[in-house]
This record gives sequence, structure tokens and C-alpha cells, in this order.
Amino acid sequence: MESNQSSPSPLSETHFVASLDETPLQATDSVAEDSKPSNLYIDAWRDARRRPLFWISGVFIVLVIVVSVFPGLFTQIDPRLCDLGLSNNGASAAHILGTTKQGCDVYARIIFGTSTSLTVGIVATVINTSIGVIFGALGGFFGRWVDAILSRIGDIFFAIPYFLAAVVIMSVFVQYRNVFVIALAIGAFSWPGTARILRGQVLSVKNADYVTSATALGVGRLTILWRHVLPNSIAPVIVVTTIGLAGAIVAEATLSFLGVGLPPSVMSWGNDISTAQRDLRNNPMTLVWPSIALTSTVLAFVVMGEVIRDALDPKARARR
Amino acid sequence: MVWYILRRVLQVIPVFLGATLLIYFMVFALPGDPIAALGGDRGLNPAVADAIRSRYHLDEPFIVQYFYYLQGIFTGNLGTTFSGQPVSEILARTLPVTFRLAIIAIVIEAVAGILIGLIAGLRKNGAFDTVSLLFSLVLISMPIFVLAFLAQFVFAIQLGWARTTVSGEAPFSELILPAFVLAFFVVANVIRLTRTSVIENLDADFVRTATAKGLSRPRIIRVHVLRNSLIPVVTLIGTDFGLLIVGATVTEGIFNVPGVGNTLFKAILLSEAPTVVSFVTVFVIVYLISNLLVDILYAFLDPRIRYGK
Repeated sequence: MESNQSSPSPLSETHFVASLDETPLQATDSVAEDSKPSNLYIDAWRDARRRPLFWISGVFIVLVIVVSVFPGLFTQIDPRLCDLGLSNNGASAAHILGTTKQGCDVYARIIFGTSTSLTVGIVATVINTSIGVIFGALGGFFGRWVDAILSRIGDIFFAIPYFLAAVVIMSVFVQYRNVFVIALAIGAFSWPGTARILRGQVLSVKNADYVTSATALGVGRLTILWRHVLPNSIAPVIVVTTIGLAGAIVAEATLSFLGVGLPPSVMSWGNDISTAQRDLRNNPMTLVWPSIALTSTVLAFVVMGEVIRDALDPKARARR
Repeated sequence: MVWYILRRVLQVIPVFLGATLLIYFMVFALPGDPIAALGGDRGLNPAVADAIRSRYHLDEPFIVQYFYYLQGIFTGNLGTTFSGQPVSEILARTLPVTFRLAIIAIVIEAVAGILIGLIAGLRKNGAFDTVSLLFSLVLISMPIFVLAFLAQFVFAIQLGWARTTVSGEAPFSELILPAFVLAFFVVANVIRLTRTSVIENLDADFVRTATAKGLSRPRIIRVHVLRNSLIPVVTLIGTDFGLLIVGATVTEGIFNVPGVGNTLFKAILLSEAPTVVSFVTVFVIVYLISNLLVDILYAFLDPRIRYGK
């Protein structure tokens, strides 16, 4: 507790009892009663906004969203207008990141591929979180046979690594390869992780005093779950969701790379990397640029998840 | 301990049945009739079609077909690929290669991850810690195929230290580059978990006691901090097995390692859905068994698990 000895009392020599500094009392006393009320999320926001990583990843994520909604703002070149005469050209004033083997503009393809990655990430995460929250919250809150059944179902889905499940689904449904099917394939098998985390949280929250008092006041079970238990146990899910979004983007790119993702007609970073690999020796930059776009987008979401995790966890804040 | 293992094994059985049923159902939902397709435009003689259907048990209800499939799994009959090779024969040939690759990768992963995590944890918030944090975040964000191409381009094409692809026998020396790629794909979590648990254990009471007893710092770190920090790390390396399977599929494909992952990779590229399903089933079984073994190992390492409820 060395850090707390900020203001040693002038009387400390004459007192033979432990000074207040050594007990947590001082921390309690020093709370200003007229300060604004706070909660977990306000504290987290206060913590996060002081960290440079939060702003760097946040600005990048906003940029990715703007690019995917308005790709036309960032390039005048039509990514589908390819000139074979420009095949494998290096960077030039007209094509700042060079051209692919087919003579397409690498930069324009990256810009127009952004929305594919982001859409898959968001849709997969929405599916994952919806199923995970329902299973985790109901299982943890109601316990007994509800929990037994829901947990076993979760175990079964957990036993199949979600990437392999997505490979099977995408191999089987060849005719239906589009952004939403791929997001469904990823989301439908990645939810048990979310459910397990939420279940654990609900279990630790559901015996809290405020839940008991709500029960004593005659509040319905589902209302208690919705109004009191969920808001107090959802924090770790936010972290998992952010990092899961990054994972879904990676999974889509990997599936597209393997040829069971999106059809080649859809512009996607995974498809671009997959096409570029054949020219790794002659023109490695056509592979490097989409890889950088992919990795930095994923990195932004992972870092954002980490910052939120640290900000939401008072223990982690103290450890820093 | 015996009871713990027994209970854990019994828990795996319903999960195994559920997971295989789920995979089987996904295939069953496959649109189109493969038998009718055999006849092409002219159509198949109904008697022949019926004969083929009954030979493959396709005329039976779904659940009966599933039991035939289960029977196949337990008797080692996993079907044949499009070129007519039995899947079990391919497995016998390719599994040792993948096993070798995985062992090298896990050794690299464990040594690098624990070492980096330990140093980072001992000097919390120092320069090394910050660099290792950034390094592991970038590794987490990098899809395995990007990592593999990067390694292939830098070390094989530019520097010429390794071959771009692995030859038929897959000797140890040629597997080092793919193993490094595979290891670095999964190492980030080991680094971070080691770091966290080292930091936690440094604050633990038994470490304070050891310091008070006057033990030397290296001994405290080796015996009291590191040994206790390794327990969760061992589990992580085991549960990361799913990630390792995905990584092996892509890495073996890119470096042309003649292993199981490469076979799956090629089956995916050639869109041979039934072969893909066979191999995914094998991977899921391996994944379940490895998780089971890790849980048992965990109980050996940490008495609290074994004597807990």
C-alpha cells in the first residue's frame, strides 16, 4: 500500500495506533459525496478515453465503417474495370498500389472489399451474440433442467471448431454462397463461447442482494432477469463480441481463401489474397496490400476489445 | 481420481454423439439427389437406382443411416474419396506427418510463449512487455494464410533459407518453417496467459512467504512462480488444439506438407464435400479426445480440480 501514503499526518510520531493510511478507511473517506454518481460503464468510459490505443483503434474502426458505406468517396476507379494491358504493373500515379494480374486496381478492390468483411463480421456477431445471450442467460438464471439441456446443446456445438463447421456448411451449400450464409455458418457455431461466459456471470450475479430484494417485492422472474441480472452480467459479453467480430472477419477471409467462402465475383479481401498467391514470386505486393488491410482491420477490433476489457474490469485497472 | 476420469469420459459420450449427429445432419440436408445424378440426362433405371440406394442404406430413415455412419466410424470405415481411396488408408499415411509437424509446432509454441510471457510478466509495463504485447496483438490479428505467405516469401523466396514447399518424405529440416508458422499462429495466447498468471502469482502469498524465508530470486521464480503459472498454460495449449487443426489445414496446404490437413485442404479446393465431411469428423474426434486428455492432465496438475465437487 505504499502508493497510498501520499500525505503523512504531522502527528504521526505521537500516535501509536496505525495511521489511517494503512487501512482502506481513507479511501472510503476520500470519496466526495457531492460528486456525480457513477456506474461501471461511466467508469469504463473515463478510463478508456484516457488511453491512446482506444482513440487509435476507434478512429480506424470508424474509418472502416465509412469506407464500407461510402466506398465511392475514397476512389474514382471502378474496381471491376480491369485493363489486361496493365497486368502486374507496380505503383503509379493512376494506380497508387499497382494493379493485379488481371490489371485491376489493387487500391480500388481493397476499398470496395471492405464492406464484405465488415458485413460478415457484423452479421456473424449478431447471430453469435443473440444465440449466446439467450442460452447463457436462461441456463444460468433458471438452472436445473433448463441449464442442463442448454449447456449440453452448447457442449455439442462447442465440440466442433467453428471454422471446420463453416467449411462443412459452405462445402455442402455450394449454390448458396453469399455474405449472409457465410455469416450464418460462422455465427451458428461460435456462440457457445459467448453462452458459457454469460452463464458464469449470471450465476455469480443471480444471488446478489438486489435480486433477492426484487424477488421479495414480487417482481416476475423474467423481469428480474431482464432488468437486474442481465445489465449486471453483460459486460464480458461486450468484450467477447468485439473480439469475435474480428474472428469472424478472419474466418470469412480464410474460407474465401480456401475457395469455400464467397464466389470470386464478390469483392473480398480473402478472394483477392487467394488470387494474388499465384503471383507471389512476381508481384508480391498484390498479396501484401489486401493482407495489410485485413490484418489492420482485425487488429483494430482486437485492440478495441482489449481496451474495453481493461476498462470494464476494475481489477485490471488497478493492476496497471 | 479414477472417478474423475470416469465421469469426464462419460461426459464425452453424449457430446460425441451430438456432434457427429450434427455433422451428419448437415450432409443429410444436402440439396439434390446424388443417385439420380449418376444417371445423367437419360436417367437411371429405377431398379438400378433402388439397388444403389439400398446398398448405401439411402432408403432407410435418417436415424438408421446415422447409425450405419457411426458403425463405420467405430470400425474404421470412413468412406472413400472421389478417387476411390479409403479415407482410413489416407489417414494412416498422412497422420504421422501431421503429428510430427504438430509436435514441432507445439514445442516452439510452448518454449517461445512461456519464455516471452515470463520475461514480460516479470518486468510488467517495461519495454519488453510493451513490445511483446504489440507483437502478440498483431499475431492474433493475422490470418494464418497471411502469416504463411509472409514466411514463405521472406524466408523461402527472398532469403532462400528454406524450401517453398515440403518434399514427399517431409523430413524434419523442411518442416521447421511450416512449424514456425503454425506455432506463431497460436503462440499469442500462450504469451498473454503466461504473462497474466506470472503477474498474479508474483503477488501471491506463497511467493511473499518464499521471499521472507530468504530464497533467492531465481529459485522463487523457477519453483514458485513459473511452476504455478504453467498450470493454466498447459490447458490452453491443449484447448488451442482446435486452432491448431485449422492452422494445420492452411499451413500444410500452402507449404504442401503431405499431411492430413493438406488432404482436407485439397478436398476443399476440389469441392469434394463427402471427403471434407469425413476428415472434419476425424478432426472433431481428435479434438474431443485431446480436450479430454487435457482435462485429465489438468486434474493431475491441480488437486483443486480433482477434489472439487
